[in-house]
Amino acid sequence: MSGDNEVEIPEVDSVSGSGIPIRGNDIDTDQIIPARFMKVVTFDGLGEFAFFDLRFDDDDNQKAHPMNEDRFQDSSVMVVNSNFGCGSSREHAPQALMRWGIDAIIGESFAEIFAGNCLALGIPTVTADSETIEDLQSWVDENPDGELEIDVEAETVTYGDTTIDVTVDDAQRKALVEGVWDTTALMKSNAGEVRKKAEELPYVPASAIPEAE
Amino acid sequence: MSERTLYDKVWDRHTVTTLPTGQDQLFVGLHLIHEVTSPQAFGMLRERNLEVAYPKLTHATVDHIIPTADQSRPYEEDAAEEMMSELEENVREAGIEFSDPNSGDQGIVHVVGPEQGLTQPGKTIVCGDSHTSTHGAFGALAFGIGTSQIRDVLATGTVAMEKQKVRKIQVDGELGEGVEAKDVILEIIRRLGTEGGVGYVYEYAGSAIEDLSMEGRMSICNMSIEGGARAGYVNPDETTYEWLEGTDYFQENPEKFDELKPYWEAIRSDDDAEYDDVVTIDASELEPVVTWGTTPGQGVGVTEPIPAPEALPEEKQDTARRAQEHMRVEPGETMAGYEIDVAFLGSCTNARLSDLRRAAEIVDGRQVDGDVRALVVPGSQRVQRAAEEEGLKAIFEDAGFEWRNAGCSMCLGMNEDQLEGDEASASSSNRNFVGRQGSKDGRTVLMNPQMVAAAAVTGEVTDVRELKEVQTA
Repeated sequence: MSGDNEVEIPEVDSVSGSGIPIRGNDIDTDQIIPARFMKVVTFDGLGEFAFFDLRFDDDDNQKAHPMNEDRFQDSSVMVVNSNFGCGSSREHAPQALMRWGIDAIIGESFAEIFAGNCLALGIPTVTADSETIEDLQSWVDENPDGELEIDVEAETVTYGDTTIDVTVDDAQRKALVEGVWDTTALMKSNAGEVRKKAEELPYVPASAIPEAE
Repeated sequence: MSERTLYDKVWDRHTVTTLPTGQDQLFVGLHLIHEVTSPQAFGMLRERNLEVAYPKLTHATVDHIIPTADQSRPYEEDAAEEMMSELEENVREAGIEFSDPNSGDQGIVHVVGPEQGLTQPGKTIVCGDSHTSTHGAFGALAFGIGTSQIRDVLATGTVAMEKQKVRKIQVDGELGEGVEAKDVILEIIRRLGTEGGVGYVYEYAGSAIEDLSMEGRMSICNMSIEGGARAGYVNPDETTYEWLEGTDYFQENPEKFDELKPYWEAIRSDDDAEYDDVVTIDASELEPVVTWGTTPGQGVGVTEPIPAPEALPEEKQDTARRAQEHMRVEPGETMAGYEIDVAFLGSCTNARLSDLRRAAEIVDGRQVDGDVRALVVPGSQRVQRAAEEEGLKAIFEDAGFEWRNAGCSMCLGMNEDQLEGDEASASSSNRNFVGRQGSKDGRTVLMNPQMVAAAAVTGEVTDVRELKEVQTA
């Protein structure tokens, strides 16, 4: 138990950085990190394989993709369209993006498990309507060095002279702003109540319930 | 209390507390783990000096990376061997039961849980795999989770989640010949969209759902996630109970059946339950559905023309154009006649015994087309044994199918079973994303198991109903 107290969970009130546009609806996690790169027992080093098959051809030559462009190499805010991260539940997907350098994602909509996985890494996934997103993608394209600031608590994104309203899921906002997005320690502290709940459930055998610590 | 859905009731029964974020801390009744998404979670646990809180409510299997041909150890591929060894060490250390290949019980995690009786109505079930939604077929609340959440569940026996809305999908009427549960779910996703379920769990109801076997219900719930829903479920009924009675758990603990039945009955959605949305579908109108594109929502009846991108809603047009280019299909044509190189009968959607039986009926007395590589990968070792005992293996092999060992295999291509180059496959699996079956140029056409069998013997996407007529004529 004591080990858990050593984990520091930072508050994520805001994220700022330059943007990178990744266009297209229904971008699935198989595209974000192809299955063959999941034959690993740690997430280390996944960054270089993010969007691999869209970025490289069979001979590992670069294809046209924003993540290959010099001007986006320092970008940390990804701007995407609808249903981003659909498909497989693999946390390898947001892990790969995070390890490439992404700290936040702005999009029209996100698949639920993907958004949950991002939250578990402290990566905000904020949403706006399609027109707003397209405008933002165009701006990022034209201003690759331009700074975007996501204010998670105020639910706004500021770029250039423009500030737009975005939506941050309530639980996500609280978790990020209050620094409780890594839920292990928080939930572990309720171990007694968890045991009580287990005892109440008719299908849980008594032998499966651990002794109080 | 009344007016509540199964989702409301099971959620409430499992809520430990509401966290400061507004998320609920849910007790997890069954945690299924496998070799791909759990090793990092065990690593995080060690870093934090934590132990597995509820090892006896945790169950492991190996499925994604396991070779389906030569399974002798060490596995030929180093990475696969390393993942397997890591899982073996983790479950041994934690005292977690493991359906390993030597147990005779190994298989795809979503096949193993239901056949051993681990999957039960009114349980909360999580697994680091999106198709965990499969277990909802039993009236369980089953969610796919990420690796950090696996860490949470291992360490605490609970998971933090936000409650969602419930959409009832009412499917009434009778399914026609050659039309299966798989076609129902492909039709639902086609109509509501791959993102249509975001923010929802789906409750499947209506006479067509009630008439389905447990296997059919599992196929539907399995693909809830392809429709964007967080989970899908069917209320437990006599069909459910009959399945449960035959499983190991209730064979070994028959008294538990009577003890738990009142709970299962109590968690059914009330007759006057309130839903956030209701969608109705007439099952009798459906025909076999096949995909023409690169998302599971890009489906079409096998005799229907492939839609022109311009005819689709604006936001879907770009994806449709790219998909049609990748698949090399033209609007106005039907998918019937689309040439295939590979037939894959397998995956957590359609690799259960009944799936193999229906496909074998089509294959029986026919030969796999000379240009087609056809493989059958049973969902579990038990399915494999049962199929061998009742002669299905012989039928498939006589026809020219390869008969493999249990695993996820070509569904995602993490073992040696992969599409090569731009091969096209007729697949009973759940995803047709670009790169999904192991080759980024590969083309996947999703369909029901009988349709896969039909495609295997004709070498092209074929309306299985025509084949049946030919055979009986």
